Amino acid sequence: MTTVFERLRGRRLTGVGTIGLIIVSIVIILAIVGPYISPHDPIQHHLKARYKPLGYTDENGIFLLGTDQLGRDILSRIIAGCRVSVIVSIFAVVIAGSIGVSYGLIAGFVGGWVDQIMMRIADALLSIPFIVLVVAISGVVGAGVFTLVLILGFTGWVTYARVTRGEVLVAKELDYVIAATVVGQSKIRIMFQHILPNVMSSAVVLAALQVGVTIIAESSLSFLGLGVQSPSVTWGLMLADGRASIGSAWWMTTFPGVAITIVVLGVVFLGDWMRDVLDPRLRGE
Amino acid sequence: MARYIVSRIGQMAITMFIVSLLVFFMIRLKGDPITIMAPPHFNADQVEALRRAWGFDKPLPEQYWVFITKAVTGDFGKSMSHSQPAMDLVIGRMKLTYLLAGVSAVIGILIAVPLGVLSALYRNSPLDVTVSLLASLGTAMPNFWLGLMLIIVFSVQLRWFPVFGAEGIRSIVLPAMCLGTGMAARLSRLTRSAMLDALRQDYMRTARSKGLNQTRVNVVHALRNALIPVITALGLQLGWLLGGSVIVESVFAWPGLGRLVIESIHVRDITVVQAAVFWYSLSFIMINLLVDLLYSVVDPRVKIE
Repeated sequence: MTTVFERLRGRRLTGVGTIGLIIVSIVIILAIVGPYISPHDPIQHHLKARYKPLGYTDENGIFLLGTDQLGRDILSRIIAGCRVSVIVSIFAVVIAGSIGVSYGLIAGFVGGWVDQIMMRIADALLSIPFIVLVVAISGVVGAGVFTLVLILGFTGWVTYARVTRGEVLVAKELDYVIAATVVGQSKIRIMFQHILPNVMSSAVVLAALQVGVTIIAESSLSFLGLGVQSPSVTWGLMLADGRASIGSAWWMTTFPGVAITIVVLGVVFLGDWMRDVLDPRLRGE
Repeated sequence: MARYIVSRIGQMAITMFIVSLLVFFMIRLKGDPITIMAPPHFNADQVEALRRAWGFDKPLPEQYWVFITKAVTGDFGKSMSHSQPAMDLVIGRMKLTYLLAGVSAVIGILIAVPLGVLSALYRNSPLDVTVSLLASLGTAMPNFWLGLMLIIVFSVQLRWFPVFGAEGIRSIVLPAMCLGTGMAARLSRLTRSAMLDALRQDYMRTARSKGLNQTRVNVVHALRNALIPVITALGLQLGWLLGGSVIVESVFAWPGLGRLVIESIHVRDITVVQAAVFWYSLSFIMINLLVDLLYSVVDPRVKIE
């Protein structure tokens, strides 16, 4: 990991990369200090102020983005949602990344029929559309933040495995790896000391991009009622709430979705920048 | 060609076998499936009776054997909420999902390919920048949110299209636009880079130096070659559509397979969930097989071993 950060540090940020960095920083800051700067308590009902539009003010203060069906302040809930999104996506990506990179490392390095079998299993898992898989497992195992993180982590690893395996196959042919084998270094040592650093940069870039995918997956599940549950606040749940009053209280549906889009956009921009910096080969141009 | 197809079908069988294992263990993640299936008011004796009736008291390998031998014949048990065999239900609903996915794919391709090609031809122009930005936006937006926004604008405010259901041509427009634009966002990027790659090739220079008409050159030489990686990616894109349709169907109450899966999960209809997951997997694999065959037809350099 040190090599990755060294290469990122001191690299010029592109315009798009800057936007990404700003957005991601804001989200992380909000996730940490959200509760302290929130204009209202996100789960506090204000039953006399239900379905109020933007800027509605009463003795409790101003509700900048309106209120929902229980009179809760939309803006405060959006800020509170940052926390869940950050936690779920980071943990899920770390779990998925660890499993996937290890899997790909072993498959690529050992090769032979072990590789074949491992990749077959990965392909089979990949043949089930991600959402279908996650929805089905949630249905069986039950909802909630903890199970959600586990589910997303244990289903999302396949892409990491594939990418890592590809990189390992390339790294195996490098001169110093062959030299290390000839010299007699143990296989495990070669794997961790020589091959892993080479594949880490791809894995890190993939992880950054997958954070966006995970956020969308989490919000989809919560929207369907299979993810984070009330009274926890997440943008997907807010969208589910907004659905019933879609004709009248449009602000309930609009703003959480805008939040998701902006955050994912920021993550993708940052990920793209990281990819361009770390491996010019991968650039789409 | 025939040998290739046979070998691919063999590979398919192996993959489906692994999928069957996944599905089998998936519903046993929380222990006995009966704990999920039994109505909450059942007492211990009733649960036990139900367990025996479904055969969940038998040893696991035996359970799997029963499961797989039945599955191969298409018997996934009966749905508990609808009184039909699970697989029949799945196949019935699948047609509507395929319809939605098909229309969305057409919309997606019609939007993405021209825009991708034009972006590449006029690289770094305002058009290119706009399209790239819209594509990024399209990938970042959750598709169910796009669906909800489309409903607000087109169904509620403008009243052009119905909010939900599958009555008549108009009801497919919004869900298909929702999925189609999402797919277009992803596909346009791919098309653009594929086209850029093709334009860089030596044969383009040759064609230009031969004095051929520029437009014709672009279309005949560059585009045709650019489409090859696009077609390869199509398999994955269609897979994305299948997944995306699950949520979009919920948003628009489109009575397809995705909606069935969500409903079944909420009422704990495990047999239907099993059958549906199986079917999605099979569909995805078949689509990829067809795309690979199409790919070999389009690119004469690819030999089918």
